[in-house]
Amino acid sequence: MSRMLLEVKDLFAGYGGTEVLHGLSMKIEEGSITTLLGANGAGKTTMLRALCKMIKVRGQIMFDGQAIEGKATEDIVRLGVAHVPDGRGTFGSLSTEENLQLGSYTRKDKQEVALDQEKMYSYFPRLKERRKQQAGTLSGGEQQMLAIARALMLRPRLLLLDEPSFGLAPLIVREIFDIMHAINQRDKVTILLVEQNAAMALDMAKYAYLLETGKLVLSGLSEDLKKDEAVRRSYLGH
Amino acid sequence: MSSNLLSSENSIPWIRIVLGLIVAGILPFFISNYHVFQASMVLSYAIALVGMNILIGYSGQISLGHGAFMAIGAYTSAILMDKMNIPYWMTIPIAAFICLVVGFLFGLPALRLEGHYLALATFALAVALPQLLKFKHLEFLTGGVQGIVIMKPDPPWESLFGLKLNSDRWLYFFTLAVTLLMFVIGWNLIRGRVGRALIAIRDQPIAAASMGINTPMYKSLAFGVSAMFTGVAGALSAILVAFVAPDSFTVFLSITLLVGMVIGGVTSLTGALYGALFIQFIPNIADQISKAAPWAIYGTMLILFMYLMPTGIAGAIRLLGEKLRISRF
Amino acid sequence: METFIHQVVAGIATGGVYASLALALVMIYQSTHHINFAQGEIAMFATYMAWTLINAGVAYWLAFIITILLSFSLGVLIQRIIIRPVENAPVLNIVVVFIGLLVILNSIAGWIFTYTIKAFPSPFPKEPPFGLYFISSHELGSICVTMVLLLLLYSFFKFTPLGLAMRAAAQNPDSSRLVGIRVGWMLALGWGLAAAIGSVAGMMIAPVVFLEPNMMSGILLYAFAAALVGGIDSPGGAVLGGFIVGILENILGAYVIGTELKLSVALVLIIVVLTIKPAGLFGKVIVSRV
Repeated sequence: MSRMLLEVKDLFAGYGGTEVLHGLSMKIEEGSITTLLGANGAGKTTMLRALCKMIKVRGQIMFDGQAIEGKATEDIVRLGVAHVPDGRGTFGSLSTEENLQLGSYTRKDKQEVALDQEKMYSYFPRLKERRKQQAGTLSGGEQQMLAIARALMLRPRLLLLDEPSFGLAPLIVREIFDIMHAINQRDKVTILLVEQNAAMALDMAKYAYLLETGKLVLSGLSEDLKKDEAVRRSYLGH
Repeated sequence: MSSNLLSSENSIPWIRIVLGLIVAGILPFFISNYHVFQASMVLSYAIALVGMNILIGYSGQISLGHGAFMAIGAYTSAILMDKMNIPYWMTIPIAAFICLVVGFLFGLPALRLEGHYLALATFALAVALPQLLKFKHLEFLTGGVQGIVIMKPDPPWESLFGLKLNSDRWLYFFTLAVTLLMFVIGWNLIRGRVGRALIAIRDQPIAAASMGINTPMYKSLAFGVSAMFTGVAGALSAILVAFVAPDSFTVFLSITLLVGMVIGGVTSLTGALYGALFIQFIPNIADQISKAAPWAIYGTMLILFMYLMPTGIAGAIRLLGEKLRISRF
Repeated sequence: METFIHQVVAGIATGGVYASLALALVMIYQSTHHINFAQGEIAMFATYMAWTLINAGVAYWLAFIITILLSFSLGVLIQRIIIRPVENAPVLNIVVVFIGLLVILNSIAGWIFTYTIKAFPSPFPKEPPFGLYFISSHELGSICVTMVLLLLLYSFFKFTPLGLAMRAAAQNPDSSRLVGIRVGWMLALGWGLAAAIGSVAGMMIAPVVFLEPNMMSGILLYAFAAALVGGIDSPGGAVLGGFIVGILENILGAYVIGTELKLSVALVLIIVVLTIKPAGLFGKVIVSRV
């Protein structure tokens, strides 16, 4: 039985007075790719935000054996959790290079950081071309790549991705998914992927969770969910 | 969003008002002339604070420069009395009108500014004004650095119901009458269409505009009306003090008014009285400790009140009003 | 012609002071969207601290450095203790707190140091430099000090990781947290720097306007005008605005309206900029979506 990198128990979270997540429990296996599926408004983005404490939560979140539900976002990040938010969250007025530098802000190992930066440019050659360019002027796909690269500069143990395929051309999406697969295999980064594009997500991920209006209704191996009647009809279109 | 203002409970606390008037009426005959003067000053400050409330509390626009309108009212009164021999009581409505117009005109460009920017513009006005009043090319009018000295008016009768009237007492009753008049005007404004429109604009500006409320007009109007109230207070203070000078109207006067509004803190009219009492008497008491002490107290009060009332002044009062069902007075 | 050159040069010297203060204002505005009404009083208080040190026998430049460090700490403390509790409060509450701070600093200075005007020494010689006729040593020195300050700040923000982190935190606090930046401390740091900058401005202008608790209110007004002219969220703009306002003030004062209405010039500038082009020369126009 593999180790669980992230364990969530009875998580409640929401915005202001409205509760969006109603008692979720979830386990993320170390080294795996897990996907969180669901319709718009199911609470997928809220889930990722809750894991990073960007919103108030009730319940238990254990990362690498440590309770993090009481910690601040920046401290959770420093434990090795990188979050690529919806909307990408790039620093628009700063350059591509500066965005990457910020990704490694908390790291002290300068030489390794330099190596990692080169690695990012090899994964995403387009970013290297535009390294001095203002990040806000990059195309949607390039900004998504930048957001992922920035997250990877942390050398995270867990990578949270919020709808990386959103608004992007299929070819670019394919590129990004291939890189994520490589990151997971080569650099052993555990990935939690929130995706609207259920087909692609289920192909790539080992495990899947299905979220409906703030509650987890289905979980298990992706290949099992792929065969599930309800999932096929609602999310895979056949 | 309910406001005690719009509740169906429409009772005017007649008993409290009548009692208050009786006390106010006999007060000057029991205290020294200097205290009578102070009481008059409290009343004039109260009028100014009602002006501040209309702008800041109801209209939601910030002003750090209302001292400037007090100056305009005061100087108008002084110039009319000194240079044109207009009787003191006539200067009040003239000062009111001038300040209404000036305030409205200032409000027109200012209405495009929100929050910090409006605070900045009014702050600049307050800081720049004394220099303007000292300007030598305007000296013929303003008296320059020396200011203008006015003759304190004599009471029209020797005595009232057998009680002796002197200048201070007469001016007190005059001020009291003006205060009552202004409070009634204020109350009617707040309770009527204007007040409701202002509250709508303050709380939901976009909704208000789409409901057809002419937001720019009302906001400028609010500025004008609040300037009018403050100008009347200024005119009264000029008559009471019998003197106007540029250094009486520095930015610290505007800050004093702000303090009074924060302390009194209510979008009701009694609050204006409490605030006025505070700003009149704290300097008197604290001055004995040191010249700087009143301001240290003001500053601390400002900050403490903001911590303890995180929902904001108007918000806290709405809450209080809802909890205690305070009447409009 | 001589006087004209001197007016321009004097304008550059005071412009440097306005530029520094305007920069401090912009730094705080960029990261918090608050206008620091107390900026002038912090600078004034810092200058009094310097005066105390110098009067106690400390050498000028040593006192200068110590004052900068003390002001930095003061700025950090003010942010952590007084400003943080109302960070997300409604605008009116925030403005009132800033005014409260202004008033407290002003009154403490008045209480400790009294309201009598004091002389503040200039570290530069009294004779004009190199025999030049259109500039005094203090003006030249002031310009140099300001330039060094601005250069140091620019390098800090552009080339150091901490500077980058501060820029990031000001722009996008949420994303900054996601890279592990402690945004709260970045804000405190910003305040510390703003206070330190203010102290330098105060120490450069005090020899000219003399030290008293109300010395900075007019100067602050000019700094506001400068920041608005340049763009309240543009550091480069603020600096440029400072020099523009400094030169404008002197030229208008000498040739057009006389020296007694200088504050009204600042007032008019402020109102004109706010009414016609609120974003200033280099700021961003923010469109609020309905």
